[in-house]
Amino acid sequence: MLDVLTGFVSELRAAGLPVSLTESLDAAEAVHHVPLEDREALKYALAATLVKSSTHWKAFETAFEVYFAMRGPQYDIDADEGADSDRPSDEADLPPGEGQRGRQGGGGGDGLTPEELAEMLFRALMNANEAQMAAIARQAVGRYAGMEPGRPVGGTYYLYRTLRNLDLDGVLDRLMESARQEAPDGTLTPLEERLARDEFQSRLDALRKEIEDEIRRRLVADRGTEALARSLRKPLPEDIDFMHATREELASLRRAITPLTRKLAVRLARKRRHGRKGPLDFRSTMRHSLSTGGVPVDPKFRYPRPAKPEIMVIADISGSVAAFARFTLHLVHAISSQFSKVRSFVFIDGIDEITRFFETADDVADAVHRINTEADVVWVDGHSDYGHALSVFWERWGEEITPRTSVLLLGDARNNYHATQSWVIQEIRHRARHVYWLNPEPRAYWDTGDSVVGEYAVYCDEVFECRNLRQLEHFVSELE
Amino acid sequence: MSTTDETPRAPRASSLGPLGFPEPGPPRFESVSDVRTRLAEAGYLADDGIAGVVYLADRLAKPVLVEGPAGTGKTELAKSVARVTDSRLIRLQCYEGLDESKALYEWNYKKQLLRIQAQRVVADGDGTAAAGSDAGTGDGGETRSGVAWRDLEEDIFSEEFLLARPLLEAIRSTESVVLLVDEVDRLELETEALLLEVLSEYQVSIPELGTVRAERIPLVFLTSNNTRELSEALKRRCLYLHLDYPSLERERDIVLTRVPGIGAELADQVARIVRSLRTLELKKYPSVSETLDWARTLVVLGVESIDAEQAKATLHVLLKYRSDLERAAKELTVADAQA
Ligand SMILES: Nc1ncnc2c1ncn2[C@@H]1O[C@H](COP(=O)(O)OP(=O)(O)O)[C@@H](O)[C@H]1O
Ligand SMILES: [Mg+2]
Repeated sequence: MLDVLTGFVSELRAAGLPVSLTESLDAAEAVHHVPLEDREALKYALAATLVKSSTHWKAFETAFEVYFAMRGPQYDIDADEGADSDRPSDEADLPPGEGQRGRQGGGGGDGLTPEELAEMLFRALMNANEAQMAAIARQAVGRYAGMEPGRPVGGTYYLYRTLRNLDLDGVLDRLMESARQEAPDGTLTPLEERLARDEFQSRLDALRKEIEDEIRRRLVADRGTEALARSLRKPLPEDIDFMHATREELASLRRAITPLTRKLAVRLARKRRHGRKGPLDFRSTMRHSLSTGGVPVDPKFRYPRPAKPEIMVIADISGSVAAFARFTLHLVHAISSQFSKVRSFVFIDGIDEITRFFETADDVADAVHRINTEADVVWVDGHSDYGHALSVFWERWGEEITPRTSVLLLGDARNNYHATQSWVIQEIRHRARHVYWLNPEPRAYWDTGDSVVGEYAVYCDEVFECRNLRQLEHFVSELE
Repeated sequence: MSTTDETPRAPRASSLGPLGFPEPGPPRFESVSDVRTRLAEAGYLADDGIAGVVYLADRLAKPVLVEGPAGTGKTELAKSVARVTDSRLIRLQCYEGLDESKALYEWNYKKQLLRIQAQRVVADGDGTAAAGSDAGTGDGGETRSGVAWRDLEEDIFSEEFLLARPLLEAIRSTESVVLLVDEVDRLELETEALLLEVLSEYQVSIPELGTVRAERIPLVFLTSNNTRELSEALKRRCLYLHLDYPSLERERDIVLTRVPGIGAELADQVARIVRSLRTLELKKYPSVSETLDWARTLVVLGVESIDAEQAKATLHVLLKYRSDLERAAKELTVADAQA
């Protein structure tokens, strides 16, 4: 057990979880207090001692499933030659089926025709029969995933093949149809319709999870724990690279951003309220001394309240940096109450002010969404032209920059070899309180190819690498 | 660390525990399922994850950090654990600006001032009486008053003048204690550090009195709505429990236990509709306490089985933002909104 635990903890660390020595010792102790055969209890004991943030739960769960996968010959990929007698649960759950006569051996359900299996799946889902759903998941993986020992393909490939054969969308339609037929007058109200669909959807999700688990168990058996854990490792939400995020990763970034903005707002508000102590507040001290007979026991101080900064964001929203721009705009506007004013401009080769989107929508996400469809940012060909966009900005809005304005420029400064017009940044710097540039590219790529960030950098207070939420959060929390 | 050894004055606190690390005391629960059953009897429905962490917290004598959205039963968990273990519940409600004097202890300086003043009145009386015979011996007077001051000082820094705040109260209690540090994310960093110190040593040093050690380690729950990241050190010290919205089944059971007079069908529908709403993109998701408010509203209205119109008319109990209300109303009443 201790060996497995050590390996497990190193895997968590490799996945980016900050597990300390104390915590791994706590985990080792906690394990003594749970019955070893109870996998769920083990999971919660390890989670309670090793995972201290809900955003890390997913990474923990994946590693747990790999390291503490149920083991045994029944999970061998070429299970046909495996010991069939070790599969009592399958035998119990699935009947032999019509096709059985023509076949030899095989675990429970092997003899079913595809149509029979589909029918059983439908009924198991209809009746929420979990044991049977698990058995069908095993059967479906064995039959459709096409797993071969030693093949270096990822779990998603097998998952995709299995799901395609099960046609779950079709199954959902059938389930809905039969729910309608069972209704007293043969139809469902929209509300009933929705609740029925949600219920079936959650059963289908459970089935899908069952299938994923089964694939993972077989992969563990084939490749060994460590190798598999390594290949399943994913970046934590805060470490996902804005520029290369997959659709799924973007979704998890979107989920992470709301709690993050709340945290940032609290932190900024607090920072402003609790600067250092100011000068003695004589009136307040005397007022408070009344209860001690006029003896000023408890001196009171004035807290200086630094003025809220005014923010202007100028963001490149072309292709590869669009996601970065959207997250940053979302973040800044979601905490706009922490600033005295926020104005936003987006550009590709033309530039447009989009502050109005945020003023009219009562949802920041909606406003960010509108940027794609409504902002007028294409001038010639829709390829980034920082020089042109910046000079138009300067012409139209330059005078509105004041000594209280902090200007944030967002983009990779890949200028397609147009003129940089870096004098604009110099002019902005003269008027503004601060000028910062946030670049979503790794520092090593700056000023390579058509990146001209260095030419702008000389006029900025500072240029920050901002590849993920972690770096973005850090920058915003220091903003003034 | 401890001032007991260096302070010449012997500690007079009667609550001083034995030297060394405090004892965790006899286990409060027999097993994880024992936690679950007893909590359920007290009206708190836990799942295996929650019950497991509570069980471990007791066995390992470690604090639990309970994090999650508002209204998911964090505070209630601590209260219920106190109830089922016959423990005294001591609650420290955190807020911004909470400091040592409100969390740990402070000296009752008004009472101290009064005592000093009383002493002065007595001393002045002595002075005038002795003035005739003892005039000119200023030295002796000073010595006398020096002794008097030391006595007085010792006197005003004794238990009688100490105001124990929740943390000290929990440490020095001789009963079994559940300490609830509620909404710890609202503390400032310095106070959080103080809390961490108390939770690591289970002792409090009072320079004027000595060190107070826990006789029995309290069961500690810290709750957080996650408005800020807590320090790594505090998180390392604690077991972590993420309390999310409950599963359909658990929420339905919570409704059944907490809403008197509700029928099984309505409870089921309420839980289903709330689950459905939580799959939408909303600014604020309905919490368990809002689910309960909604269920109670429906019971008061005499609803036994809910239809879309009734749901729509009462949704404001569940959702707080106008945009959320509009979105939810549309989703619940328009056929195939997602198709
Ligand atoms: N598991 C549960 N069992 C019973 N009641 C619960 C449960 N979870 C939440 N509640 C109810 O929800 C209400 C809100 O819970 P509370 O502990 O105040 O939330 P939090 O502290 O997380 O904001 C409680 O009053 C309680 O009635
Ligand atoms: Mg609470």
